[in-house]
Order: sequence, then C-alpha cells, then structure tokens
Amino acid sequence: MATKAADFLIYDAAANVYRENPEQIVRDDVEKHAWKHVMLTILKDWRLYVMLVPMLLVFLFWRYLPMYELLGCFKVPDEVKPVAEQYFSGFSYFKSLLVGAEAVDFWRALRNTFLLSFYGLCFGFPMPIILALFFNEIRSNIVRSTCQVLTYLPKFMSTVVMTSLVTMLVKQGALTSGYGIVSQALEALGIISHEAAYNGLLNNPDFFRVIYQVSGVWEGAGYDSIVYFAAIIAISPTSYEAAQIDGAGKMSQMRYVVLPGILSTVVIMLITRIGALLNIGYEKVLLLYNTNTYVTADVVSTFAQRKGIVGGQKGLASAAEMMNNVISMLLVISANTIARKASDTSLY
Amino acid sequence: MKRKLEISERIFKVISYTFLCLFALACLYPFLYAVSASISGAHAVDYCEVVLFPKDIQFDAFARMFNDNMFWNSYSNTLFLTFYGTVWALFVAILGAYALSKKRLLFRRAFNFFLVFTMLFSAGLVPQYLNYLATKDVFNSVGITDDKWLVVIAMGMAAMNIILLRNAFEGVPSEIEEAAIVDGATEFQVLRKVYIPMCKSTIATVTLFFALSRWNGYFWARQMISNSNEHPLQVFIRLRLEEYTDPEQMAGWNEIFSSDSVIYALIVCSIVPILIIYPFIQKYFAKGVNAGGVKE
Repeated sequence: MATKAADFLIYDAAANVYRENPEQIVRDDVEKHAWKHVMLTILKDWRLYVMLVPMLLVFLFWRYLPMYELLGCFKVPDEVKPVAEQYFSGFSYFKSLLVGAEAVDFWRALRNTFLLSFYGLCFGFPMPIILALFFNEIRSNIVRSTCQVLTYLPKFMSTVVMTSLVTMLVKQGALTSGYGIVSQALEALGIISHEAAYNGLLNNPDFFRVIYQVSGVWEGAGYDSIVYFAAIIAISPTSYEAAQIDGAGKMSQMRYVVLPGILSTVVIMLITRIGALLNIGYEKVLLLYNTNTYVTADVVSTFAQRKGIVGGQKGLASAAEMMNNVISMLLVISANTIARKASDTSLY
Repeated sequence: MKRKLEISERIFKVISYTFLCLFALACLYPFLYAVSASISGAHAVDYCEVVLFPKDIQFDAFARMFNDNMFWNSYSNTLFLTFYGTVWALFVAILGAYALSKKRLLFRRAFNFFLVFTMLFSAGLVPQYLNYLATKDVFNSVGITDDKWLVVIAMGMAAMNIILLRNAFEGVPSEIEEAAIVDGATEFQVLRKVYIPMCKSTIATVTLFFALSRWNGYFWARQMISNSNEHPLQVFIRLRLEEYTDPEQMAGWNEIFSSDSVIYALIVCSIVPILIIYPFIQKYFAKGVNAGGVKE
C-alpha cells in the first residue's frame, strides 16, 4: 500500500473497502477554517486568555510604548504633536553624537560605560568564585553560614543606602569637620595622599572607578557566590575520595575535581557578563558621580538623563540610548547563542 | 580514624578562614559604623573619633528625625508603595505565568517572546520618562491624580520573575490538574487550589524580589512623584543627604549632634525592617538565584 494514500484513505478489512481517514478530514477542515478554529479554541479556553491580559497590558504600556517614544530620535521635537506626526529629521542627532557637537561627551560616556563594566568583569567576576571556593573549605556549619549571611547582606540594601554610606565614608573634610573614616584609614596606610583624602575621594576622577568596583564587590560578591557554591556542593564526594586515593593533595583536588565541576557555571556566568557589558546600572552612577568626576564616571544612561530629562534635549538623549541599547542587545544575543552552543544551557 | 591534614591543606584552611572572616567583617562594618555614628556626639563624629564604638552617646539625632513629620510620611509612603506594588505585581505575574505555563495556550511562543524581548532590549531612560509623563496625563484624565498609584501600577514588573514562576508552574505534574478538572474545577480554581499551594516557595521567592525592589526603589519614584509629601523613604534619604552635605546649607548648623548623625540615623531606620526579616527570608533569595540561572 502506498504510504501517501494512507493519509487520506484507511483500508477497512471487514468491508474490504478504502474509507476516508476521519482525522484527515478534520485536518483539512482546520486548514479551511483556521481562524474560526482559533477563535473557537480561545472562546472555549477564555479564562486562560483573560489571565494573560493584565500582563500583556502592563508590558505593552510600560515596556513597548517607550520603544515607540524612541522614534523621537529621528524626529524634530514638538511639544504638541505625538511622536508619529512629528517631522522627520534624519540622522542629525546621531551625527551630532558621533562626529558633531556632542561627540566628545558621547564617546567619553560610551568609553566609560564599557570600561566600568570591563573592570567589573576583571575584578568583580573572579571574586564570587574565590569566595565560593573558600566557603567550601569551611567545615564548621555555624561559621560558614554566619559568613554567608553576612556577605549576602549588602545586596539587600538599596542603592540609595549603599551610595549614602559610601559618600559618608569617603566624604570631604571641611573647616568644622574631618573627612571620612575610610579616607582616614587609607591615608594612614599610605595608600592615598592627604590632599586627596581631604578633598573627598568622590570629587576626584582618579578614584571613581576604584570606588565603583570596590563598592560593587562589597555589595554583590557574597550574593553572586551562591551560584558557584551550589555548583561546588553538587560535586559528588566520591570524586574527592577517588582523587585522594590517587594521591592528590589539596591543590590537585582543587585543580582536577573542583574547577572542572564548576567550569560550566563559570562559563555561563562569564558569557552573561560579557553580554551585559554595555548594560550598566544607571542608578548607582547617578547617585555617586558629580560634576568633578564626569571624566571617568559619566556613562551613556547618565549622559542621556542629563541631556534628556534635565536638559530637555529628548531626541538627542534618545539617540544616545538607542545606539547603546542596540549594541547591548546584539551583545546579549550573541553571548546567549554562544552559551547555548557551548553548553546546551542558555539564559533564554 | 582521623586523617592527618597535609601542610598545604592546613595552610589553605587558615587562608580561607582568615579571608572569609575579614570579608564578612568588611561587609558588616559600614552598618556597624552607621549605627555607632548615629548615636555619637557631634565632635566625635565630625572629627572621626568614632571608629567602631559610639562615643558621647546621644539619641538626639533619632529624636530630631522622629519629630520630623516628613520622615513618617515617607515611611508610610514606602509601606504603601511596597504593599500595593507587591500585591499588584504578584497578581499580574501569577496570572500571566500560569497562562504561559500551559502547553495548550495558542501563540505561546509569541507571548514568551513578547516577555523575553523586554529583557534583551530596553528603550532607555528618556523614552521611558516620556512614556511615564504621557501615562500620567492619561491617569489624570480618568481621575487618578495621586502619582503613587502610577508608580504602583507602572513600575517594577520584571520579566525574569514571571519566567521564574512560569518554570515552577510547568513543573507541576499535569495529572493533578486533570484530576481537579475532572472534579469540576474551573481554571481559576485550579490555579488557586492546586498551583499556588504547590509552588509556594517559588511564589515566596518572587514576592520577596518584588517587595525588595519596591522598598529599595528610588529613581522612578523621584522622577514620577512630584508632590514631596508623597516621596518614599529612599527619596527622602537622598534629598537629606544632598541637603546636609551641601556646605552652604550647613553653615548655620549648631547642634549637639552632627549633621552626619542624622544621615546615619536615617540609614539605620531604613535598613532596620530589612535586618529584622532578613534571617528568615535569605534562604528564599538563595533559591531564586539558583533557579534563575538556567532556562528551558
């Protein structure tokens, strides 16, 4: 019997005839009345679709409509008309940002955005792994969980509290008051000069990146170590025993048992971090920087905030963010593709 | 029989104990310092004589703050935003995640992409700001003039949390749901009686994520709430910090406590509620971070 005919006809052995396949009739019917079928399915299951509505509306109004406002970067600004009806202005904002009047500030912001995350990758990324390796060494449950609870703690504080603490700890001196306690300690250790400490570390562009990274490690390293610690304790104890029987010391166990065990986690986290290179939290920078430190501190989103929200140049600011976010999206997508190819697991 | 530790092993142990204890203390120190500085005398704080323990103890900075109506106002505003914001976010997220977890949902891939795309690409600060201004007008035109409601409804919906919930719902065996349907349960009853009780711990995790982001939210609250009586605590702290570190404002300051003490007292007051519930909730956060790592 030809296989193709079987889709449409079924051999009825009892009557010795071929009959039409009822399933195929249904399938043809569905194709003919696809939309009717869709509507019927939705109606039959209406409760499920009603449940989706609030989520879709929230995302539509406050995630997708802003993307439509982003069109303002191609338009001549107009207070009255909505974005769609404004006159097309071509790429004038992009030109101004890349080669024109704003080029110096914009390239500086782009460079700072990249550098802040890149240094974060170099210094902030290994720290949670080191912490997790050390946590694994501590056999006493009480000591370990106390340490863990204390190191996660700063993550739960708001950016405002964190930046306020940082501001106060390295504040500048004045006639009636001394400078911050951390500045004093650093000066006593000979790491920074008296002038730098007295003028306030946050007013000095040379220190912004250091402060940003150190506070980042303080805030996030403990919390980020959770993932690695979970990967380490998932390694079977028999692997350690086997290594010990083969005569492996502590360092060899670390190298041949623990590191291979957490490698896939490390790779995924690394790729995610690389994908987020241009995606930097604006709140922390906004709360820590000031006019003295724009040279090293100004990132694209704070640049846009200053130009657009404070200064009213909405088109220019939108264009800046558009460029940053498009590159950022491409980075995330390629990082995710690599992660999927490399380890069968991916973020999305 | 206890195996004798090798030298290298012993050194490694000592290093890890020392390092971790130092790191843990470093994480804790700023908070301890804030507490000490908030209750120390003016001279001791201004000239940094307080290192760890308070000196010339006074509680006037706290008293001044507690007498400030704006402080209590901002505290109640934060409670308002956290409570209603979390309830609203949970409502939207649980319903949406439940629908997305169903294989029979038509256009499921499209809906998922609709969600995930917001994690890949964000419009940015300025377009979002313009959009909020526009929705504010819409809210005003239907009679909601209170900016707090706009912040509650528009903010803090994270796609990541919905995906966490969706994955938890997908893990519930379909036989249980089928049994409930055979017993005559509707979709809403299945969600309420089967799914929510079975995914309690994930829901707790997501609730905490939402609540914490509301409690800690600053930027949009400051941008969107024009009436200073409606500012939440985080905005209040920041405004006070800007005011008290401004040398011109501080010229006439002459009190028995330092202006720094007021800032520290504010910080202490804002983190105390978190510190109180922190020991009970931190295990849920650890769970969330591990569940959030890998998708599909």
